[in-house]
Amino acid sequence: MTGDRPDLTVNIGSIELNNPVLAASGTFGYGEQYAEVVDLSRLGGIVVKGLSLRPRPGNPPPRIVETPCGMLNAIGLANMGLEEFLNEKLPWLRKLDTVVIVNIYGHNVEEYGMVAEGLRGAEGISALEVNVSCPNVEQGGMAFGTDPDASARVTEQVLKKADKPVIVKLTPNVTDIRSVAQAVERAGAHGISLINTLSGMAIDVEKRVPRLANVSGGLSGPAIRPVALYMVYQVVRAVNLPVIGVGGIMNYRDALEFLIAGARAVQVGTANFVNPSTMLEIIEGLERFCRAQGIIDINEIIGSLKED
Amino acid sequence: MIEQEADIVFNRMIARNTFLMALKSPEITSLARPGQFVMVRVSKSADPLLRRPFSICGTRGGDCFMILYRVVGVGTAILRNAGKGDRLSVLGPLGRPFDFSEKGKTSFLVAGGIGIAPLLFLAGVMDPGECMLLAGYGTSAEVVPVEQVGLSQENLLIATDDGTLGHKGVVTDLLEGQLGKWRRGRPVLFACGPLPMLKRVAAMSFERELECQVSVETAMACGIGACQGCAVRASSRETQPYLQVCRHGPVFSIRSLDWKAL
Repeated sequence: MTGDRPDLTVNIGSIELNNPVLAASGTFGYGEQYAEVVDLSRLGGIVVKGLSLRPRPGNPPPRIVETPCGMLNAIGLANMGLEEFLNEKLPWLRKLDTVVIVNIYGHNVEEYGMVAEGLRGAEGISALEVNVSCPNVEQGGMAFGTDPDASARVTEQVLKKADKPVIVKLTPNVTDIRSVAQAVERAGAHGISLINTLSGMAIDVEKRVPRLANVSGGLSGPAIRPVALYMVYQVVRAVNLPVIGVGGIMNYRDALEFLIAGARAVQVGTANFVNPSTMLEIIEGLERFCRAQGIIDINEIIGSLKED
Repeated sequence: MIEQEADIVFNRMIARNTFLMALKSPEITSLARPGQFVMVRVSKSADPLLRRPFSICGTRGGDCFMILYRVVGVGTAILRNAGKGDRLSVLGPLGRPFDFSEKGKTSFLVAGGIGIAPLLFLAGVMDPGECMLLAGYGTSAEVVPVEQVGLSQENLLIATDDGTLGHKGVVTDLLEGQLGKWRRGRPVLFACGPLPMLKRVAAMSFERELECQVSVETAMACGIGACQGCAVRASSRETQPYLQVCRHGPVFSIRSLDWKAL
């Protein structure tokens, strides 16, 4: 059997992925830029840029700054809004032979529901990912995600309006991520993804001003990976929902850490900027690893962490 | 847009702290247009993490393109130590090039410091009789020898802040002088350099109602329009409040940008 191609198929609830490697929201646009250099049909799926009811211009620049082994961003959920997404982007996404998950965002609980409702009946979308974790917007986003009750209210509202599986993306900027995860589970979510970015800042010492116009931003990249991994480890043990691990994954060995900790799938974000082929290399690396270990189904690896 | 590992053909210091690097890539070279840039991964390590954007400053022999850079930070300090035999991951060519389709008009190419990079490429493809390169530097030791990228000294005017070479003063003085005595139709301006210089060039262009394109520099993460990290404020004539330097630029008409917010 070792000569055969290992089976990388995983399931997030009712969603079947060809492999456990997804593009993280906000790092891959709607896929069209990367389509020039990456065969998108080989990915496990794409989580598209955070979508709001109406277009959002985003934050003033500077919006990004490089930091040790990572970067801070304060894009501010710049996006085209629901209507243009449905008309201009979804028809193209639908033609891709890959799973499309739409990350959604609202100013308030009702608005989250309105975006979910607006996506009702839209073909070509496999699931919604509810963003209660963006650190770079004044209202909504992380304001909900840091409070278990508010996270649950948003989740319930989206579930009420959506006709697709609902994944909730959690923020790491909390004291105990398990309590948020459990609240979201009680509210009925179908899955959880974590982590979004960690809040941080950087200062220009010559000018003595913040390097980001927004003052603070979200830290991503390999710098946050150990934090993300531990939170995934904790959440996997606190809930019975499928978990998607996100945070600083750069290569297949990083992805394996999350899978072994119990994540059913992973999302790759900042690494796409560094190397557009990262996700394909991770998929190939997972295949190689399985073959070398005599594993025929990647699900054998998921949650296989040995502990006393 | 091509992503590949490219061999370094040479990487040499051609002025103080200033390096010219040639990378072998027939694919990128054949696609490259003046004003476009490449994203270069300076090392395989996670620190520094992001690719760096560099304007393409010319091509050589049909299979090499060149970048010109000044050592200013961690990324360029790594780059200066790379040499023949090393390979670098490059992504490009990226962004919107200069539009110089109008024939028969004289072009003034206005460069501040290392901002000369994309203008060298532009000067190289223009009719030498129709373009004048004005270049400003801090001091003579920083002056980029244009013959290194195959250009002649003709139609080149230099200004240095300390007067050690050419006009003593800033490059916009030279531009002012040229425009003041210009009597042969309306010239077109192309500029790249520090923001105060670009603002001055833009103001002079607005005053005289001249067409002017500028190449703008910002920090970038992806370089291809996915992350929206390189946004600049658009002028009110644009349909969107922000433009992305990597995708809508790096070359913009001065009329597309909100100069007060830059």
